[in-house]
Order: sequence, then C-alpha cells, then structure tokens
Amino acid sequence: MGKRVLVTGLATFWGGRVAQALEADPTVDVIVGLDRYEPTVELERTEYVRSDESYSILARIVKAARIDTIVHTFLAVDSTQMSSRTIHEINVIGTMNLFAAASAPGSTVRNVVVKSSTLVYGASAKDPVWFSEETRRAEPPRSMVERSLLEVEGYVRDFAVDNPHVTVAMLRFSNVLGPDITTSLAKALELPVVPSLFGFDPRFQFVHEIDVVRAILYVLQGRVQGIYNVAGDGLLPWSEVAAICGKRTIPLPPIGMGLLSAPLGRLGLELPPELLALLRHGRGVDNRRLKQAGFEYRFTSAGTVVDFVEALRIRRTVGETTPGYQYERDVEQFFRHSPAVIREGD
Amino acid sequence: MAPPKPTKAATRRSPTTTKAERADGAASRSVALVPVPKPDEVGELADPRRSDVDEWGRSEHMRGIARQIYGPLYRSWHRVEWEGLDKIPAEGGALLVSNHAGAIPADAPAIMHGIETELGRSVYGLADEIFKQLPVVGTMWSRVGGVLAHPDNAYRLLREQQQLALVFPEGTKGTGKTYGERYQLRRFGRGGFVQIAMRAGVPVIPIAVVGAEEAMPILWKSPQLAKLLGLPYFPITANMVAFGPLGLLHLPAKIRIRVLDPVHFDVEPDQPRYSRSRIMDESEQIRQQIQEALYDMLRMRQSVWFG
Repeated sequence: MGKRVLVTGLATFWGGRVAQALEADPTVDVIVGLDRYEPTVELERTEYVRSDESYSILARIVKAARIDTIVHTFLAVDSTQMSSRTIHEINVIGTMNLFAAASAPGSTVRNVVVKSSTLVYGASAKDPVWFSEETRRAEPPRSMVERSLLEVEGYVRDFAVDNPHVTVAMLRFSNVLGPDITTSLAKALELPVVPSLFGFDPRFQFVHEIDVVRAILYVLQGRVQGIYNVAGDGLLPWSEVAAICGKRTIPLPPIGMGLLSAPLGRLGLELPPELLALLRHGRGVDNRRLKQAGFEYRFTSAGTVVDFVEALRIRRTVGETTPGYQYERDVEQFFRHSPAVIREGD
Repeated sequence: MAPPKPTKAATRRSPTTTKAERADGAASRSVALVPVPKPDEVGELADPRRSDVDEWGRSEHMRGIARQIYGPLYRSWHRVEWEGLDKIPAEGGALLVSNHAGAIPADAPAIMHGIETELGRSVYGLADEIFKQLPVVGTMWSRVGGVLAHPDNAYRLLREQQQLALVFPEGTKGTGKTYGERYQLRRFGRGGFVQIAMRAGVPVIPIAVVGAEEAMPILWKSPQLAKLLGLPYFPITANMVAFGPLGLLHLPAKIRIRVLDPVHFDVEPDQPRYSRSRIMDESEQIRQQIQEALYDMLRMRQSVWFG
C-alpha cells in the first residue's frame, strides 16, 4: 500500500509545489491538501479540503483518510504579509492542532516533515559564522515570527519525544530565492536600488526554491529523521548579492530603522525586523548534516541568486512565462470523481 | 531526534537539472524534483561568485591593501622584533594566546602581520562582538581577518581547517587598563581558550608582547560616556591629550614579541566537556608564564621608544 499524505497550506507556494511533486511519485496513493484558500497551482489528483486548521477537522481528516504522512509546510515566515496575530494563529495554533490530531489514539501517522526556518537562530553580533543544528541562538527572539517558530519547534520536539514510532524530520530553510517565489528579501532585490545599512556588509546564504522542495521530498522518501539546516553552499556579502543583481546599494542609517520602517513600508520598501537584523549581521548555517544524509544541492548560494535574477530579467521583458491558474471547484471535482472521466490505472 | 540514516531515494534521474528541463512542463518538473544520490555522476555545482570574500568575511584584496598601509608602521614606527618565531608551527592548527593592551590595541595587528609576512601563514584574530556591532569598523575588521570569538568559530578554524587563531583571553579588561596598571595581566576569562584548544586537539602557544601598553596609554576613563555610548570603556588617552584629533594614532613605542614554548594538552579531542579544574589550572599556568615573560622582557628594556 502506498503513502497517504496530508499537505498543510496547499494554497501557499510550498504546499502547492510539494503536492505537485508528490503527484509524480507512484508510491503515493492519496494526497489530501488543506488550506483556507483555493490552490494556486494546477493539481491532478490532490484532494483539496477547504478548512482552517482546527483540531476537530484535522483529527477527522487524519482518521478518515488514514493519513500516514504529514507534510507541514504551512508556517508563516514573512511578517510583512500578515499581522502578528495571524502569524500566531497559523504557526502556533495550527501546529498545535495538527500534532494533537496526529497523536490521537489509534493514529495512523508514521512520518512527519515540518518546514521550519533558520529564522529560529536569529541574527545578532554574537552569532557564529555557521550555525549548526545544535547551536543555541545568541539572543532571545524579539519578533513575532521568530517567537512563533520557536514555539512550533517546541511542539514538534514534544511530538517526536511522545511518539517514538513516528519518523519526524524538521527542516530549517535559509533565505529562499528562485524564479517563482516572492519573499520580502526578493522584493528588496527587485527594487531599482537595493537597501543596505550604512557600514554593514553582512554575509547572506540562500537556498533555491527547487532545492527546498527536493529536500522535503528527499527526507519524506528516505524516511530521514532529525533536524536539518537546508541552505546552499557559501556566504555572499550583501554588496555582492546586489552586484550579481546588477544593482547599487543605497545605505540606510544603521540606527533608528525601527522608526523608519513604517513610513518606508508605505513607500513600497518593506523591511521587516527579521530582514533588518539580517542586513546588519547576516546569518550562515552549516548544511553538512543533510549532505551527510545523502542529499545533494543543485544550487550554491551564488548560483541561487544568479538563477533568481535571470528569471527576474525575463519576467521584466516578456511578463509572466507561465499562464495563471484559477481553481474551479466543479471542474476539479469532475476530473477527479465523475464516472464519465476515464482515468489511467482504473 | 537523532541524526538519521538515509535510505534510497525513489526515482532515477540525472541530478543536474537544467533550466530547459525545468521549463518542460509540470510532469517532468515534478519528477526532476526528486533527488538521486549518485555521487560518481555529480559534477561541481556552478558557484558564480563576484567578490573574493570568503566564509570568514576575509577578502585577499582588502588584506593586500591593509598590508601595504600597515607594513611601514610595522617596520619603521613600532620596529617590531620577534623572539622565538620558530616555535610557531609551519602547519597545523594552533591557538596563539597573548596579553592585550592599549586603548586601541597595537598588539593584534603586530602579531598578525608579523606571522603572515615572516612565516607566510594566515592568522585569524578572534575578537569580541563589540567589533561586529560598529558600522564600518566591524566590516573592515572581518575583511582583514577578524572573526568573532565564538567556540563554534574557533573549533572550525582550529580543528577542521587547521589554522592559526589568535586570542586575547583578557579581552576588554586588558585593553581597558590605565597606564598605572600596565603589564599587570587581568583575569584570563573563564579559561574558555584552554577548553577550545582541548576540544580542537591543538596546542596553545603563549605570546608576550611589550610596547603595546605605551603605544596608546589610557590616562583616565569616563564611565558615564562609556555607558552612554554602550562601549566597554571610554578612554582618555595620552595620544588624545598630545595630538587632539590625531589621538587615534599610536605612539612610536618599540614592540617586542616573545613566543613561548607551546603547551600541549594530553587529552582526547572532541569531548563534550573537560575537567573544570584542569582547565583553570592550565589557564592559570599559561597566564603565569606570560606574566613572567613580560617581567623578564621589561627587566631588559632600556627605553620605551628604542627597546
């Protein structure tokens, strides 16, 4: 019998990408995708359930669909996109409910992958050049995103301890860039001049969106267990990142940015506290543990930036290269369930 | 959650996906996302770097410029002289431990420049995070070879990369001494440098420096200004009194550097912890050796300026 997978956050970039990749995997029998919003990518056999992540619904889905694998991609990491209250609801409450449902008596869940972020390490002057998975963060978290992610990791750890029969993998992703994903960092690099902090040229690490999805699938298929950093090789100074993008940096004052960030946000320059900390101190994480587990990256940090900027140039010249996708409930239901449709494998 | 054992991945496909492949449509993209561990087929990843800044933040270009500026100061201003330079190994990791002095210490660049030019080995200066917090200064410091003194950084440098690292266990307690307290070594931290050398399996090489104290002596310290600016100390130096705004320049004190015998610890590397008493004993002994060497060098010194 093949895998029966639950993907959280199907409408998000990651949920959609992971579901697409899982559809191509013949060992996966069932994919159930959960989100409050409709999927944004075309899916062939993923079952979309419109729902929030409340405990009772999750527990019923896990039980009814005999879910054995959970891919938890629905964690907010960008505080410019939503209020801190929403972030708390999504990250902390959503994760708590999910793991409560997964550990219900008689649960069939045996494999869990969580998409966390290297934001949990923070960014401060006291940081080592490379964070290993065991390095503790140097300063307590100040922003809501970081606090909520630390709480999420706490729930994941508790679940792993309480359920030793379940393979739990937690992946901490570095700054993601790529042709398709939009992050606040990507937006900063799309500006005509790239913001920086005067007198600071910290080193950044990037991971390509393709390597993110590949890493999630790799740990899923290999039933790899543990905590892993996922980040491309190498650290680049921010000035070099701007240079690869063919742009100049504009230095912002290194003090008082907390007050300036709100008016700058109105002008289209979104600088969340996490990005400001990165622009001051940067962050590097040691990616060797996942490599030792057998994973191979396709992109280095510099290669990721180049691929990002090439996609940016073509988008600017010819517009979107892939047509937009609109989820139509009735059409999707027809293709999946109507007896009129002849499906392969029937 | 313990580190894992990989099992095999499911699909077979060359691990080098190109952009063309990615554009072929949804189906092939999805398959291409699945990794295949076939080490023999994997080529080098493209790493299109533009600058020469390495993982530690050093840039050989900037270091070249810094050497050209500092070289004349090293030779003609401080007229640095070494004793026992041959005790520094030509290869393998070692932790250099020295006394620290002067409001803006002249000892760190003298030791780093000397070893780099005379032995041709890079030295990584481990420093307090105060450097990283200062705009411009922090960036320059890391470009020329400074690294934050963090146990993870020191371990990677010493154990994995077998480099020379320089540390001043007195920290800002050493550089914040007033002129009246010169050449009186402060506490050597909590002995962290011994612990990291034990973990990394490298010797500690004690170094005694004479002259840095007189290059920028502190006459008086302002605790109020230090608190206001968030600095460990705010010094009024003899240089400021004498030259006003040029007070950032060092006085031309003669610098003598003596390298002492390397200290090897017969302990197993990579242990999670070592005996606290052993660490404190070793730390105290190394401090004692440097202190005695300093007294010895001061006994021989005839002039602050001519040595």
